[in-house]
Formats: sequence, C-alpha cells, structure tokens
Amino acid sequence: MRELTYSEAIREALVEEMRRDANVFLMGEDVGTFGGVWGVSHGMLDEFGPERVRDTPISEIAIVGAGLGAAMMGMRPVVEIMFGDFLMCAGDQIVNQVAKARFMSGGKADVPLTIRVTSGAPGSAAAQHSQSPESWFMNIPGIKIVAPALPADAKGLLKTAIRGEDPVLFFEHKMLYAEKGPVPDDADFTVPFGVASVVREGVDVTVVGVGNMVLKALKAAAQLAEQGIRVEVIDPRTLVPLDKETLIRSVQKTSRVVIAHEAHLRSGPAAEIAAVLAEEAIEYLDGPIVRVGAKNVPLPYSPILEQFVLPDVSDIVAAVASFWKR
Amino acid sequence: MPRTTIDLPYQVEHISILDEDGNLDHDLEPDLSEEFLLRLHRYMLLGRRFDERMLKLQRQGRIGTFAPIQGQEASQLGSVAALRDSDWMAPAFRESAAQLWRGQSMESFLLYYGGYFRGGEIPEGIRNLPVAIPVGTQILHAVGLGYAIKVHGQDDVAMVFFGDGATSEGDFHEAVNNAGVFKTPTIFVCQNNQYAISIPRSHQTQAKTLAQKALAYGVPGIQTDGNDILAVYVAAIEAVERARAGEGPTLIENVTYRLSVHTTADDPTRYRDEEEVAVWEKREPISRFQRYLKDKGMLTDNAITALEDEIKDEIAEAVDKAEERMETLKDEAITMFDHLYAERPAYLEEQRQAFAAHWEKA
Repeated sequence: MRELTYSEAIREALVEEMRRDANVFLMGEDVGTFGGVWGVSHGMLDEFGPERVRDTPISEIAIVGAGLGAAMMGMRPVVEIMFGDFLMCAGDQIVNQVAKARFMSGGKADVPLTIRVTSGAPGSAAAQHSQSPESWFMNIPGIKIVAPALPADAKGLLKTAIRGEDPVLFFEHKMLYAEKGPVPDDADFTVPFGVASVVREGVDVTVVGVGNMVLKALKAAAQLAEQGIRVEVIDPRTLVPLDKETLIRSVQKTSRVVIAHEAHLRSGPAAEIAAVLAEEAIEYLDGPIVRVGAKNVPLPYSPILEQFVLPDVSDIVAAVASFWKR
Repeated sequence: MPRTTIDLPYQVEHISILDEDGNLDHDLEPDLSEEFLLRLHRYMLLGRRFDERMLKLQRQGRIGTFAPIQGQEASQLGSVAALRDSDWMAPAFRESAAQLWRGQSMESFLLYYGGYFRGGEIPEGIRNLPVAIPVGTQILHAVGLGYAIKVHGQDDVAMVFFGDGATSEGDFHEAVNNAGVFKTPTIFVCQNNQYAISIPRSHQTQAKTLAQKALAYGVPGIQTDGNDILAVYVAAIEAVERARAGEGPTLIENVTYRLSVHTTADDPTRYRDEEEVAVWEKREPISRFQRYLKDKGMLTDNAITALEDEIKDEIAEAVDKAEERMETLKDEAITMFDHLYAERPAYLEEQRQAFAAHWEKA
C-alpha cells in the first residue's frame, strides 16, 4: 500500500469528502492562502475556492459557533482550531452549545460538525501552545472525542466524523504530522468510532497509548522485546466512545496494563480508562494499573525542561519493567 | 418623525504630523524638548538593532521563537512615551521597544526567550506585565488594572497593546465595553500592522477603521499614522491626560506595518508580495524621524554613527551578561514545581524529587 504522512492522510480525507459532498467545507484561521499553520490544507483553496476553504478572523468562538449554526442547517462543517489550548476561547460554544444542541432540541437537531484541533507539544511552544486537552472534554456528554495516531486511522476516522451526525472533537497531534504510514486510497475507506486497534500483539503486558504515545509505545515494545517481554500495544483511537471490550480482552490475556498519554497525569484520559478496567476487569489484573503522562506542571519553554516534563519511551519502558520489580 | 439620524457623540480622527516624505504639520507638531526627542530616537534605534540581534540569536539556536517588531518602533515608543513610571503597561508579544523604554532590561528578554523562568518576572520597580502570548487576553487585564487604580483613588493609567487581529476576539470587545461602563483609566493601543499571521487587515473586518470599534461602546477612538512617532505621541498623551482626569478610556489605532515575519516560525512570502513590503519600507518610521531631527539641527550623520556603535556595544554587553546569567540560573530549573501555588503541595513532591535526581545526573 502507498505511504502517506499523517498530514497528507488528513488532507486526503478532507479533499475526498469535499468532492463527495458539497455540504462539506473547511473554516478556520489561516487555512486558505497560508494552507493552515500546520500545512494540512495546503493547496485546497485552489481546488475549492474561498467559500469552501474559508479563512476567518481570529475568533475561535465565532468559528465554532458558526460551525454549529451551519451544521444545524444541514451542512457538514469542518472547523480548524489552530492549537488545542485555544479550544478554551471557544469553550462555551463547545461545552454548552455544540455538545447540547441535540439534547436541548428534543433530539431534533443533527450536529454534523467536526472540530479539527491540534494537541501536544511541538517542541518549545511553552505553556499556552503545548497542551493535550482531550480529557478536558471527556466529562462533557454529547460530543465525540477522536485522537488518531496512525495516518490510515487519521484518514478513516476523519471521514467517519464528517459523515456522522454528531459533533466530534478531532485531535491531531502536532508531532505526528510528518509521520508516514500505509493509507488506503479507497475514497470510501472509513474507520468506525468506538473500535480500538491492536497495533502490536503481545501476551505479557498491555500498553494503551493515546495519540502520539502509540508510536512511543511501539518503540518501547521493540526495546522490551529484546528483554523477552512481549508487549501488546492498543490504540483506543476514539476516547469517546471508548472500546472497553478490546481493552478488557487484552488485560484478560496479559494481566498487566500501562496507560500512556501526553496529557498531564492527573485526570488525563488514563484516569477514565483505568477506572473502567478497575471496575470491569480487576479480577484479571496481577498488579496495579500504571499510568504514564506529563508531570503536573505546565509545559516549560526550555526544551531541556520540557523533555523532562513530557513522557517518553523510557518512561513506558520503566513502567512496564516495574511489574517485574514488585 | 419616524426616521431621524442619531447624533453620535464621537467621530474618528486620523492624525498625521510628519509624513513619509518628511513634510511636517507645524500646527500639530508637539512641543517636545531636544533631550526627549533624542531619547525617543535612541530607543527606536535600540529597539530595531536589538530585534535584529535577537533574530540572529534565534537562528543560531541561542534563544527560542519570538515576534520581531521591525517597522513598529514609532507605534510603540510614541505610545509609552506618554506614560510615567507609576503607570502600568500590558504588552502583547511584539512590544520589546516599548518595554525597553519602560526600563525593562535586554537581559530579561533574552532570559525569557532563552526559556528561563526569571525572564517572566515583573522586574522590580517596573510596571510592565509579562508578555501575553495567546491573542487578546491582556486587553481584559488592562481593564482590571485600570479599575484597581480607580478604586485606589490614584491618577495612574493602564496602557495595553494588541494587534489588528485581536480586535476580532470577543476579549477586545468585552474589555472596551467594560472599560467604558466602569470609566477606567485604560488606554487601548491597537498596533494595526496589517497582518494576523497570513490574514490581511482587509479580511479581518469590513470596518473602515479599527478605531471606530470603540464608538459602539461609547468610548472615543482615534487613528494615527503609526509610523509617525509625533502623531502617535500626540494621540497617546491626549488619551493619557483624559484618563488621568477621570474621563475614562480611549482606543488608539496606530496604522503601521510588520516589515518582518509574524514570528521566527513564519514565512511571509507565502501570503504577501514583495512590492507591498517595498511600499511600506518607504514609510518606515526611523529614517523619517531622523530626517526630522536633522532638519531641526538636533542630529547629524556622525552622531547617528556614534549612536549605532554605542548601541551595538550595549547589546553585545547585554547578550554576554544574559548568557553568563543563564549559567548561574540553571539550578533554578526546579522552581517549575514551586511556581504553581503559593505553597508547594505535597503531591508534587515526588515529581520534584525525581526532577532533582534527573538534574543531578544531567
């Protein structure tokens, strides 16, 4: 299969869906002439024109709010928020409006709105441009939360988001944009929500990775294999809805689990995943559920300090190794 | 009569005193001392050269990303020149010349962009807030600064800087409206440098001016030729005097141009033409002001050369000093665990200890 970068895979999903359905359009800051600050919409203005690749003023709440309005009119807007940190500028629209529009309209309003947003630390972007806000929204009923790690999943999940009838927060990790992987060129290839992916099979320990940490978990698994530890790596792909069955099946086999994400450790996505496993699979576990995440301090600007605060391959290796040191 | 025109209390003026060709409006020319004018010139040049030096340091990997100010020296310095030391100033992220005028050291910028926590400190005795990186957030804070000044019965003012793009954020509108209602001594200075990353001013708003946005909130708005330091100063001093007299806030739009990149991570050739930049190069603020000072017999080419040398040495010394200081500050890295709450909570102790061990090894 041909290989694409994560960024190209996302662009391909956008382009294919915009060709397929005239109701799909892209809107956000610098997405047109500039091709997106992250380069994802590069060249799309030329094909679709400024009505469908809409540069906006710096108004995150207006971007999301207009997206909701257009979605309720039957369009399928994809809006881009440049940094996950800026979701807070649109916070009321996301939490109180987008997520509740169907509920508060007696189930009448479809909200086919996709909010594409970047997360994670791109390297020295400091405390207000580096956060991984996925779990901030996991407590809000009414919105789906997607965090693809591999290019094919990014393409397939984005198409599912655009074709679906519910609002989706679609988190793209900044450090994944240049990563390559095989991507089907079938225009109808989609990946369903709520189905985790077993990225690597193993029997000794399960490592659940979120976003960027899937790649780090694979690297950790390769290192641990040299010590004879067979790691199973699972990518939930969507945090809401969460595929509990695949996670439980894996820990039934391995009896040990590490959950890794780039978000701060406290109340990150792992808190929910760990709670689910504690509630529904504790009888299979031989030891504590171990979490790996960023330290509980804001991301420093200094690259040296940032490296310490962020979780890395070695943290996953150490977390896995801890099972044999107890 | 069913339809009448409502008489609105304000109109928008545009001030230009010293134009790009060096023509001077003698009636509007402010009466400023030679010492003050030369000081303004010195800081314009210092702001420009320090910016150029920081760009080189960034390219060499000695500091991180920052937002260059090139072309906006008049817009910044003419504004803060109207302040006194006890006033407050809230920058966005492209106001280094203004912050230097207010007494902040070059060293503090180098520490900040070098990733040292000390760079974020409000320097002792200097009433500048730290830079505000996300767009428009500081505009709201300036209303609170002004409110506190007012409640304390003082006659200081708070001046806040932001760009054309920030006027599209709700933060801006809510700030100006509240300042109007509370009648706070807040000066809103919009540096309209024509671009919000790639989005030109014409795509930011259909409004003819940004200054007029204040009118809807019952606050006066004025526009200046932001590359004319005399016009910028006149608008600023009038606003400051009104604020001190308890007459409330003003919005000033300085029309200027970002001659360089948005930040060091940007490539402006992707969205603007060389020809457009060339037009604004001709309107550039420093050479225009130098011509004015020469015409007044206050400045000579020799004096400029001498000043350039002096500034070069000053910057070199500041860079050396900052890099030496960076060495001594390395052990303060652990303070990232101490700067979260007034008292360090017990649950951070484990991560703090882990860092201490990690730092020891490194």
